Formats: sequence, structure tokens, C-alpha cells
Amino acid sequence: MNIQVVDGTQVLKHYRKSQGYWATVWMEFKRDRVALAALGVIFFLFLVAVFDDFIAGSRPLVLKLNGKIYFPVLFEYREFLDTDFKGVSENLKRGDFVLFPPVKYSPTEYDLLSVLSPPSRAHLFGTDDRGRDVLSRMVHGTRVSLSIGFIAVGIAVAIGILLGAVAGYYGGVVDFIISRFFEVMITFPVFFLILTILAFRNPSIYNIMIVIGVTSWTGVARLVRGEFLRLRKYDYIEAAIALGSRDLRIMLRHMLPNALAPVLVTATFGIAGAVLVESALSFLGFGVPPPDPSWGEVLSQSERYVDFAWWLVLFPGAAIFMTVTAFNLVGEGFRDAIDPKRKGRGF
Amino acid sequence: MRTYILKRLLLLIPTLIGITLITFFVVQLAPGNPVSRKLQVGEGIKAEAITQDIVEQTKKLYGLDKPIYVRYWIWVKQIATLNFGRSYTDHRPVIQKIEERLPVTLALNIISIFLVYTISIPLGVYSAVKQGDIQDRVITFFLFVLYSIPSFWLAVILIYFLGGGEFWDVFPIYGILSPGAENFPFYKKALDFLWHITLPVICLTYGDLAYLSRYQRGSLLEVLHEDFLRTARAKGLPESKVIFKHALRNALIPIVTIIASILPAAIGGSVIIESIFSIPGIGKLGFEAVLSRDYPVIMAIATISAFLTLAGILISDLAYVLVDPRISFEGRK
Repeated sequence: MNIQVVDGTQVLKHYRKSQGYWATVWMEFKRDRVALAALGVIFFLFLVAVFDDFIAGSRPLVLKLNGKIYFPVLFEYREFLDTDFKGVSENLKRGDFVLFPPVKYSPTEYDLLSVLSPPSRAHLFGTDDRGRDVLSRMVHGTRVSLSIGFIAVGIAVAIGILLGAVAGYYGGVVDFIISRFFEVMITFPVFFLILTILAFRNPSIYNIMIVIGVTSWTGVARLVRGEFLRLRKYDYIEAAIALGSRDLRIMLRHMLPNALAPVLVTATFGIAGAVLVESALSFLGFGVPPPDPSWGEVLSQSERYVDFAWWLVLFPGAAIFMTVTAFNLVGEGFRDAIDPKRKGRGF
Repeated sequence: MRTYILKRLLLLIPTLIGITLITFFVVQLAPGNPVSRKLQVGEGIKAEAITQDIVEQTKKLYGLDKPIYVRYWIWVKQIATLNFGRSYTDHRPVIQKIEERLPVTLALNIISIFLVYTISIPLGVYSAVKQGDIQDRVITFFLFVLYSIPSFWLAVILIYFLGGGEFWDVFPIYGILSPGAENFPFYKKALDFLWHITLPVICLTYGDLAYLSRYQRGSLLEVLHEDFLRTARAKGLPESKVIFKHALRNALIPIVTIIASILPAAIGGSVIIESIFSIPGIGKLGFEAVLSRDYPVIMAIATISAFLTLAGILISDLAYVLVDPRISFEGRK
């Protein structure tokens, strides 16, 4: 180490080079190979969810017909409004070509000639009770599951931060009332509550997100409340109050960043939970409404048949399992990264 | 101590009010008024035939003609005497239906929780003592996998493989007793019951088992780093005594108190598992009530299970204070 007298600008330069908090967390996280692999799985699922139409669907990616090039997967063309692209592809002239997505069935396309057929070259994951391609339904179900997971947890985190912050910051009567509210939410059998609310409303994808969100905020709220109660006593908060900062600014700028990392860890586990709840709801018939695909819905079909349609059990179940495991692993790696002392201690 | 208990009991009052409020308004403010639902599920009256008179009569019959806050007050007064009204589907008193179903669910969950604790504590301890070794890593990995398996998926798989679906026909997959089991002698009846509940209990148990084992491992590891254990080793105590007498006692406290948070989840889990295995318990009753929109039954199950859980939390909080002298009665939130 070379010691030298430095002027102010040099110190500043040196300071800039040091890592921020999140960079340190990321460094720590990267060392956990398993968690990193799980993050890769989530990234893969995310890509599948975003590009589901490009992976599975009955609309061609590119179609060259009569010398003109079309992209039916991206745009709606007036000349193809009610066209079955399978028919178009069979009557191609010379020089024309068609390129379908890797799975060339849409998730809602019936094929009553091949109902409940086991995996084959035509249908890699088999077909369900209406001859719909299971792989295509699963690809499109990824979007349903992930968006429900992310948005439901987003709602839960927002409610949790709001209530936890207010309770922890103001304390006293406010804290008392909000704490009783926590207690009420904790005592309810949440799954039964979700089922009840959905039974009385339309089980649309939005209602499922909202209901899971408003029933699963207690973990985040408790965490934020505890952190705010602790921070409230710190001198720098006193200083901020003395300087005349508004409450909202103190909460958002000075206190919340300290609680953010553990909240994100809780949220990651929450996504795993929400995906599980959604698939259980779909399994029981309270999930995403019928034509829309969902992993739990595919799995639930297997229960209705005496013959063992193993592909209806294995593939969707494995998808749910893989997603839940990946989010749990990332959550765990993330938690170890923000608190390396507890590394490898589990829950 | 007495003031602490008194304080906790007083704090129950607003929570109980909150539970009844949420239950009541979630069900009552749901779109689609109960009368039309009732008429739909009722005796198959045609839509045109529902005159205003019938609507008014039905409203009066179920007390729905009064404003909602009056109905809430009436309902709270009723449940204070454990009167949950009559079921919309078969007109039997709700409390009677619940009394019939509760023992089955309780039996399943008590057996499940018993198994969870008897397996997960030794497993967690073993894993913590062998921290970093191959045994620990295998157990930890296996538990992690177990933790992420959806219970309904496992149920379907078990039915296919062990319930006479495709491979072995080892376990029954329907109900809790064989037909005609009422006339069996006691031991045979007990065996028949155990035989029937094996698969459902496996499905109810493995998730909590995985969670608690990992929790036990983590909690023991935390204690193992404490100074007093180094002292215990330094003064020459055998390792078994260090672990079981000094470390485990401290590590058990969070494990025992976590039972309160398992309880509400147990009711939710029962809904799925009891429906799959056709077990006549509270979970299946609740699921059927939700399907047929049987308001009184839904409200009764939600309230009763919330009350039971609240009692569980209270007991575990008191137990916490009793077993751990480091926690003061007043200092705890």
C-alpha cells in the first residue's frame, strides 16, 4: 500500500470507484453457483413468457406469398383475417415459403382427431382432452403464471411497505390499529379466503392477481414495520426531522432504502408462493378462466380420466416445481448475499 | 406475568372484531345478491317465475331485508352463542355440520404435525451437526426439493402409483373408512383408518417437514456459534451433552413456537388434499360450501378457523415467555 498525500479531488475519485451496496450484494450472490443457475432458469422462463407467440402458435413467423413477405405473428393483415395458415402453407407456389414457430399449434386450437394422445413427434408433450397441444398450452401458461406471480407480489409489497412504514414511523395509535389488522390477516386461512373471494367474483386473471396480492402482504409489512421502528431512534433521522424534512421524504429517502433488501428477499419467496397458489387454484377450477392456458389447469385434467395420461401430470407439474424451486433458490441466495453471516443456515 | 396475560387477552378483543368484520363483509358484499343465488341453487324455479313476492319472502326468511349493519350485529350476537345459522343447501344447523367434520380434519392435522416434529427435529439436528459434510448437503438438497413440490401434484402422482391407478393398488384413495367398517372390531377399525389416511397424511406432512427441518438446522447452527457452547466444550463436556443439553434446548424454542403459524396453513392445505382424497373433513366442507355458495357455512369455517389460530398464537406467545427467561413479559410486542 502506498501512502501519499492526496488532495480533495483525488479522494473523490477514489470514492467514486468503490462499490455501491447493490454491487456488493451482486458480487456475493454470484459466488453461489446454484442460485446463479436458478436465476438463469428464471431468465429463461421470462423469455418464454415474453416471446410465447414466437415459440408456440398457429400464426407463421414469416410468410412469403405471391412474392410479398408477411409477418403474421406480429401484425394483423386484412387479407388473412379468417385465414387458416395451415391451409395456406399447403398451397404454396414456387418461390414462396412459410416459417412457423417451433411449436405450430395455438394453445386453444382443438384437434378432436388426436384427443389425449401421448407425446409424439407431432405433439412433443402430447395432447389434452380436446386435442390441444400440451406444450403450446404450457408455453402460453408461462406468461399467465409469471405475470400472476410478479403482479400479485407487486401488490402485496406495495401494501406491505405502505402499512409497515406508516405503522413503524408513526407508532402509537396508528401502529396499534395496523398491528391488529396484521393479526387479523395472519389468523385467516389465506387459501380458503382466496377461494371464497374468487368464488363470488369472476375468476379472471386480474382478480386472481388482486386477491393473492391483498391477502399476502403481512410478511413484508411486518419486516418494514420492524425496520422502521428500529431506524426511528437513529440520530440521522432525528437530524432529518430537525432539518424540517417532510415525513414522506424521510420515510422514502432515508428509511426505506435500509429495508429494501430484505423486502426484495421476501418478495422473491412470495413469487414462488403466488405461482403455487395460482396453480392450486387452477387445479381446483378456480383459476384462470377456461380457454386461457395455465399449468394448474393442464394438470387438473389428468384427474378426470381413469387412464393414466402421464404427460398431463409430468410436464405441468415439473414446470410448476421448477419455477417454484428457482424462485426459492434465488431468494435464498439473495438472502445469504445481503447477510453473508448467515450463509448456509437455511431458513 | 398476570398483567401480561391480561393485556394479551384485552388485545384479543379488537382482533376478534376485525375477524368477524372481514368475514362478514367479504361474503355479504360480494356481487350478486344472496337471494338470487339462493333462488338459482334452490328448487329449480324458472327465472321468469321469480316474482317480487318470492324475492321478498326469501329475503325475509334469511333476514336479508334489514340494512347490512343490522345484519352484522345480529350475526355477531348469534355467533357469540355458537349459533352459525342454517346451511343454505340442506337447512341443517351449520354448527352441527362442523362438529361432524372437525374431528377428521383435526385427527389428520394432529397426526401430520406430530410426524413433522418427530422427524424434522432429529433430521435438522443431524444436518446441523454435520454442517458442510456430504450427509448435510444431501439432506439439505433433498429437503429443498421436497419444500418446492406442489402438494396437489404429489397427491395425483401418489394416487396413480400407489392408489390403483396404473401400478400398485396399495392404498385406498377415497374416504377414511372402508364400507362396512362400522362393524369392525376396534383395532381393525383403527388400522383401516390409518390405512386410508396414509396418502393424505403424506401430502399434508412433507411440506411442513421440509420447512421445519431446515428451520431446526438453521436455529441450531445459530446457537452453535454462541460463546457459551465454546465454554461447554472447553470445560470438557462430551459432544453429545454439548449438543443435546446446551445447544438444543435453546434451538428448540423457535421450533416449538412456530406451530402457531402452521395452523392457518393447515386449514388451507386441507381444502386441497381433502377434496382430492374425498375426506369428509372441514376442508372438503369448505370447498363444497364455496362451490354451492353456502354463505353461513363459509362464514362459520372462516371465523372458527381464525379463532382457533388466534388461540394458537396466544398459547405459543405465552409458551415463548414461559420457556425463555431472557424474554421479558413487558418487552415483547
